[in-house]
Amino acid sequence: MSLSKIWVFVEPSESGVSSTSLELISAASNFATTVEAFGYGLGSETAQPLGDHGASKLVLATGLDGILAGTAVAAVMAKRIPSDAPDAVFFGSTPEGRDAAARLSAKLDLPVLTNVVNLVEDGGSLTSEHAIFGGSQIVSAKFTSSGPGIFVIRAKSFAPESRGGAAAVVEEVNVGDIGSAGKAKIIQSHTEARSGPKLDEAPVVVSGGRGLGQQDSYQMIEELARLLNGAPGASRAIVDAGWVPYSYQVGQTGKTVKPSVYIACGISGATQHMVGMKGAKNIIAINKDADAPIFSIADLGIVGDVHKVLPKLIEAIKSKG
Amino acid sequence: MNIAVCVKQIPDQSIPGKLDPGTHNLVRDGKLILDDSDSYGVEMALQLVDRAGGGEVILISMAPNGEVSGLRTALAMGADKAVLVSDPSFSGADALTTAKALAAAIRRNPFDLVMAATESTDGYTGTVPVQVAEILDIPSVSFAKKVDIEDGVLKVQRQTESGYDEVECPLPALVSVTAGVVEPRYPSFKGIMAAKSKPVDVVDAAGLGIGPISPNQEVISVRAAEERASGTVVVDEGEAYQQVVEFLETLKII
Ligand SMILES: Cc1cc2nc3c(=O)[nH]c(=O)nc-3n(C[C@H](O)[C@H](O)[C@H](O)COP(=O)(O)OP(=O)(O)OC[C@H]3O[C@@H](n4cnc5c(N)ncnc54)[C@H](O)[C@@H]3O)c2cc1C
Ligand SMILES: Nc1ncnc2c1ncn2[C@@H]1O[C@H](COP(=O)(O)O)[C@@H](O)[C@H]1O
Repeated sequence: MSLSKIWVFVEPSESGVSSTSLELISAASNFATTVEAFGYGLGSETAQPLGDHGASKLVLATGLDGILAGTAVAAVMAKRIPSDAPDAVFFGSTPEGRDAAARLSAKLDLPVLTNVVNLVEDGGSLTSEHAIFGGSQIVSAKFTSSGPGIFVIRAKSFAPESRGGAAAVVEEVNVGDIGSAGKAKIIQSHTEARSGPKLDEAPVVVSGGRGLGQQDSYQMIEELARLLNGAPGASRAIVDAGWVPYSYQVGQTGKTVKPSVYIACGISGATQHMVGMKGAKNIIAINKDADAPIFSIADLGIVGDVHKVLPKLIEAIKSKG
Repeated sequence: MNIAVCVKQIPDQSIPGKLDPGTHNLVRDGKLILDDSDSYGVEMALQLVDRAGGGEVILISMAPNGEVSGLRTALAMGADKAVLVSDPSFSGADALTTAKALAAAIRRNPFDLVMAATESTDGYTGTVPVQVAEILDIPSVSFAKKVDIEDGVLKVQRQTESGYDEVECPLPALVSVTAGVVEPRYPSFKGIMAAKSKPVDVVDAAGLGIGPISPNQEVISVRAAEERASGTVVVDEGEAYQQVVEFLETLKII
């Protein structure tokens, strides 16, 4: 461990602190002696898991008053960097993480590397790895300029590891007036109801794509997911079409999933979809086009019509009880 | 209402991408086209200017070799004019350098709103728009799936991990949109003809007042990723579902 300090942007989830945040804290703890978390909207109970994974401190932005969270936390970080210089700052590839990384980068003229899937220490600095061309090639990159580098890291790139550390010391910081950036304000938040296990934690994910033909057919995806105790997911095509909410989206701009089984139904297997599900242990694909790219990574591929295969599959699983 | 729309011109994505073996930069020779991701921003801007009852849609693009093909497509959709930043010293520019150049180009015309896509198809850093906003010192709303302007206030539905937020913001501001936000129009024949004579203001780094840039990051190596072996493929003759059942049984899922 030759880096002395890494900062990590951490975010809340329904269950406390998000799993991605704990992954990043764990990753940072592999490289630096001191790891400090910067977050928002977290209850005091999250100091425990954050500390357990390696963070000694949680700097909690408060008094956001509707200011977009990424923007607010970036302002808090920017104020401290000159005096409290970390060697690197980690962000998750989430909407807030990207906002925060972008604001911080432009505020302090710091470079940013995005879509990081792995980090390697090399002579006191970090080298990042990026999957390109649909994950067929890995590019290694590093910063050449001085100042803390900003890394935006994809979910599920690192395993969360409990280290038995004491609860992080919480320091609350009131965001205050952050100038023009703070003028965009949340008036109301809407949560879209989901049942069953969380998409990015479920052991089985059943996803549907444009090949379903119409919104109603998505019911088959939900039913199959329910029967397998899994979560329903989607390609971006049907999220854009408004069939299902964005929280269902798997891929580059959506969730990264690593279930034991991923079942892709009527999904072509665009590179941007594959980066989000290629890590699944087993992949089953149902697609009527034998040349669909999804078959190149499927352990079991069924060349067939989802409207014929899925109803029979659902019946067969039901009859097994 | 004047809207500056950032549009990236990118290599045709149906042709497999390549890296330059020397510089490791993405090879960007050949004709560039309008990034699909940005056609949504162009459409949204055209509709907003229309609803506001007047104003201009100004395209902003940075591309090598004075490339304008993608800009012409967006001009044919109805945009009024374009600013193109083209300078050999920007080849392989990182996200922050790109943002600095775009911000300087945006400042060449008065604007009320800046539009961009949440992420580009070939770069997908997803940071350029918000970096532009910070440089211009204006508020930003990323991940927009619905955009309206009422009484000079920007009203956005912003996608979140669990649903969406209603966000409001005074102008000037930047908004980055997702693909579902509107249905981009196809350029009409009349539009394509008109686009040929619309003004494109071409500027280089010096023209923007940006000094020589030094690279902030470098690619050290490129290697092939571990390949995932493809498995069994079965053509459904009515009974293929049983193979799925058996596979799920071996995995002890059912
Ligand atoms: C910057 C960027 C980010 C992106 N991020 C994401 C992302 O996060 N997630 C994502 O998924 N995509 C993402 N995309 C979009 C991606 O490129 C594809 O457009 C999208 O994944 C396609 O979705 P699809 O497979 O459902 O649709 P299509 O590509 O249209 O495929 C539909 C498939 O269904 C098959 N089919 C049709 N009818 C039937 C039938 N009756 N039975 C069986 N099969 C049938 C067809 O053969 C076809 O293969 C992104 C794109 C860009 C540019
Ligand atoms: N070279 C460029 N020219 C014009 N707009 C750009 C350029 N690079 C990025 N953008 C804008 O920023 C968005 C996000 O790009 P990126 O950060 O590369 O994912 C793009 O969709 C464009 O709207």
